[in-house]
Parts: sequence; C-alpha cells; structure tokens
Amino acid sequence: MSTNAGITEPRGVTRGVLQGFSWLVYVFFYAPILVLIIFSFSDNRNVGVWGGFTTSWYSEFVTDQPLTTALGNSLRIAVVVTVVSVVLGTMAALALERFRFRGRQVFDALLYLPVIIPDVTMAVMLLLFFTQAAKWFGFSKGFATITLSHIAFNISFVSIVVRARLAGMDDNLEEAAMDLYASRWQAFRHVTLPFIMPGIAGGALLAMTLSLDDVVITQFVTGAGWSTLPVYVFSLIRKGVTPLINAVSVVMLVASMVLVALSLVVQRVRGGSPA
Amino acid sequence: MSVLDQVPVDGGGSPPVSAPVAVATPEFEAANERQSRRRGLLIALPSYAYLVVFFAVPLLTVVIYSFATRNRFGGADLTGWNIDSYQELGDDLIRTIFVRSAVLALITTVICLAVSYPFAYYMATRGERTRNLMLVFVMIPFWTNFLVRNYAWYVILGSDGPLSRITEFVGLGPTRVLFTQVAVVLGLVYGYLPFMILPLYAAIERLDGRLLEASRDLYANGFQSFRHVLLPLSMPGVIAGSILVFIPSLGAYVTPQILGGAKTTLLGSYIVTQFLTARNLPFGAAMSTVLMAVMLAATIVYFRKGGRTL
Repeated sequence: MSTNAGITEPRGVTRGVLQGFSWLVYVFFYAPILVLIIFSFSDNRNVGVWGGFTTSWYSEFVTDQPLTTALGNSLRIAVVVTVVSVVLGTMAALALERFRFRGRQVFDALLYLPVIIPDVTMAVMLLLFFTQAAKWFGFSKGFATITLSHIAFNISFVSIVVRARLAGMDDNLEEAAMDLYASRWQAFRHVTLPFIMPGIAGGALLAMTLSLDDVVITQFVTGAGWSTLPVYVFSLIRKGVTPLINAVSVVMLVASMVLVALSLVVQRVRGGSPA
Repeated sequence: MSVLDQVPVDGGGSPPVSAPVAVATPEFEAANERQSRRRGLLIALPSYAYLVVFFAVPLLTVVIYSFATRNRFGGADLTGWNIDSYQELGDDLIRTIFVRSAVLALITTVICLAVSYPFAYYMATRGERTRNLMLVFVMIPFWTNFLVRNYAWYVILGSDGPLSRITEFVGLGPTRVLFTQVAVVLGLVYGYLPFMILPLYAAIERLDGRLLEASRDLYANGFQSFRHVLLPLSMPGVIAGSILVFIPSLGAYVTPQILGGAKTTLLGSYIVTQFLTARNLPFGAAMSTVLMAVMLAATIVYFRKGGRTL
C-alpha cells in the first residue's frame, strides 16, 4: 500500500509462498559464490573436495609469474579503457539528450547495438577487422587492439548510465545559470557536470568492471604472448583445473563485487537512481 | 540502413535547448537552431566516429567475409564472391547445432521467466526500502565476473564435488551432471537470470495496482486476475526479458566451454571453432551474420513493443 498506483501486497498463504520462493532465489544466486570462496581455502588438489584449511593457493597466486603479468595487463587496459570510454560516452549522452542533429537516430541505434549484440559476434567482427587492418598497416595485436575493442562496447554502457541521469535533470537549471551571465561552458562546468557526476562515476566503475571481466572479445583480438587475467584463467580451466583457479576466481569475484557496490553507492548517495 | 531507420527513437528526450534570448524573431530562432544542431553534431562526433570505425566497419567486414572464398592457407580470398557459405548452413550437422542451441536457449528463457515472474512480482509489492535492497542484491551477481560464476558451477557439479556428496549422503547416489546439457542450462540460467528479473520488475512495478483490485471486485479469482490483467499489462517486461536472455544464450560460448564438455557443441562455440581451429572464415562469418540478423530482428520486436528498460 505504498503509493496509490502501486500493487497491494498479497496476503496469507500467497504471501508466504512468494516470500519463501524469493529467499530461494537468493540462495541460488549466492550459494555458488559461497562454495567457491570456501573451496579456495581447501588443502586438496581436487577443486571440489575439502582437505583442511590453507591459504597456500593465495600465496601461490601472488608468486605465479604468468598470473601476475596477466593481472598487470588487465589493470593497465582497464584504466585506459575507463578514461577514454567515460569521456566519449559522456559526450555521446550529452549530444543525444540535449541536441537534435543530422544522423541522430542512426547514432542512437549504433550506440545500442554493442550492448545487445552477442559477445561471440562482436569478437568475430573485431577479429576479422583487426586481422585485415594489421595486414594493411602492419601492427601487432595485443594491448592496443584489446583496449580499442573494450572501448568500442564501453562507450555504449557509459552513455546509457549518463543519459539516465541527464534525463532526470531540469533543463531550466542551465538556462538559469546563463540568465545569470554564465557562459555556455561555465553553465556546463558548474551546473550540469556536478549534477551528472554520479552518473559519470557509476559509468566509469561499470566500464572498469566490464573491461576487467571480458573473456570472449579479448581472447579474439589478443596477440601472441599477450593475455589478460580472465583470458589466462579461462585457458587454465580448459587445460585442467587446480585450486589455484579457485583462489584467483575469488580475487576476481571480490574485485568486481567491490566495484559494483561502489558504483551503486556513488549513484545512490546524491539522490540518483541506479541505471 | 533501412533496418536501422526502423528502430524508433524515443521522443521522450528533452527538446533542443535554446539559449536565452531577449527578442525571439523567427530569423534569430532559426539561426539559433542551426547553431545548436552544429554544436550537437560536434559533441557527438568523437564517439560517433569511434563507433563507425570500431563497430560499424567491423560489422560490415563480417558480412563481406561471409561472401568470400576460403583459401588454402586458412584465410579468405576477397575475390570470387559467392553464397556457398550460406548454402553450407543447410548441412545436417549445422542444422543439428542450430536446433540444439535454439532449444537450449528456449529452455533457459522459459526457466528464467518461471523463476523471475513470482520473484519480480513479490519485489514490486514490497515497501520502497526492502525493494531497493532486494534490487541491489540482484545487481551484485549481475555485474560479477561471468567466467567466475560459471566456474563456480564447475566446482559444485564436479564428480567429487559438493552436490554429488550431498546426493550420495541422502541416498540418491552420485550425480553426474557436469559436461551435460543440464549443466549448460543451469549455467545459462544462473548467468542470465538478472536479465529477466530487472525488466520484469520494471514492468510490474509501474503498473496501476487499482486495475488488479478492480478485477477482484468484479469477481475474478486470483488466476483470472493474473491471466487477464497482470500478465497482459506486464507483457513489455516479459518480451524484453525474454529477448535479453534468449539472445546471449543462443550465442553463448563461455558456459558451454566450461560446463558442456566436448559433446555439447553449441552455436557460439561452433562459430569460434570456425575462426580459431577449423580456419573456415567465410563460413564462420556467414554463421555470425545469421546470428546477428536474428538478434536484430528480436531487437526490432523489442523496440516495437515499446520496451526500453535496459
């Protein structure tokens, strides 16, 4: 009975069943994560069998040369991707929300496609593109191609988050600033930008998370000897699993959870709604 | 281009911002409008150009390659255009893979729908605080590393894993689920469930609860009220969620690789094989093009139904 347009609460048995069911859904969501965390501390070479408590898999992770190199690569790529995607994505959001211009509809559609296209298709596209381009211009695949590919899908995600924030902004605020003799730039810098900041920060954390998580596209556009953490872990899983992978997985899990939680908090703090 | 033009753009965006003017003569307005258009294009240009170069051009590259000829070195000759690759799609093996992928994606979608609907409905009936909290706890797995979430099921379902231990303990004998289609569906449902919950919740949450009450006042029982009022009104959410689950399930690659084993070849993994192992680029490109066409058709349906709850 919260608002007049809301749905009234179900009563009696229905309510009990729905409530129990919802708890089960959360168990389904979080039990596998919990199991993974537990077994990352298991002293047994078999990944799903308990063999006493140990933290040795984590120390092995820290000293494993290929793993730490891959982690370093992932982080460097994520930083560049985040900065570029945030700038380009925010500009795209501003253009679409605030202006009418020639080709606006095509741009809008183009911006949505990377979000909905299956990973594999996008990976195939970029593989053929970069292979052809490498043939013509002579460069080797690796850091640059991975970074360029990640930006290609992250511009869209950032712009969606920022647009949601911009749509909730009162146009009159900027006009009021300009009535008070602020230049267009000053009005943007001191009125619009602070208002959409939670959206930009949320978009940035999202872009970073997606860049750190990507397997399929990265695997396709990477070159010889170049690997990111998820791609390396994926190749390990396919070769044969060890509990070392459990430990690495938990680290990746915790990292993305922290980033998401941070992004939700940032967007919520200043009265924004999560996109 | 014609397909893109059919995607309607929401008219809900803000009207063009006009600078504050003292005297708004028609000439001044027109000049102002022109300037605003130029400025808009200028701001859009960097990301627009980026997406054209690194998305639109690669997309066209795939389509072009699908009409090319495979050469002896595992590459493709960009001469002698033909539709052989599309004719190969009629092959029995390919048809089996297409059908298997579509069936698994459909089962995944139906399970997600069955699980998400009561959940999203319950969430929509809660107070604002609970509702937001419930939403956050759906969002967290949503953005958590997909590879890791699939790997977690690998650990659980393994032959000596926790699930097998439990079923042995209660006397059901060991479970052998890993590397079967059941495991793949489980992994897909786990991975894409939030894609269904979020649009469903958005659709149910915004509908007018008084309509449900009215139906009950008119002697509809719970099921009738659901069937004739709640379900039709939440249809945009059902369609949006189904597309958001079906499309990535159809092209899934990581999940079948980890949980499906060697026996369960699906569309996504098969396409990858064409590029990385079999080196039949035109054929892989043709399959990708078909997958993209399916995706595009589904997306147009989605926008037609007025959904935009991404």
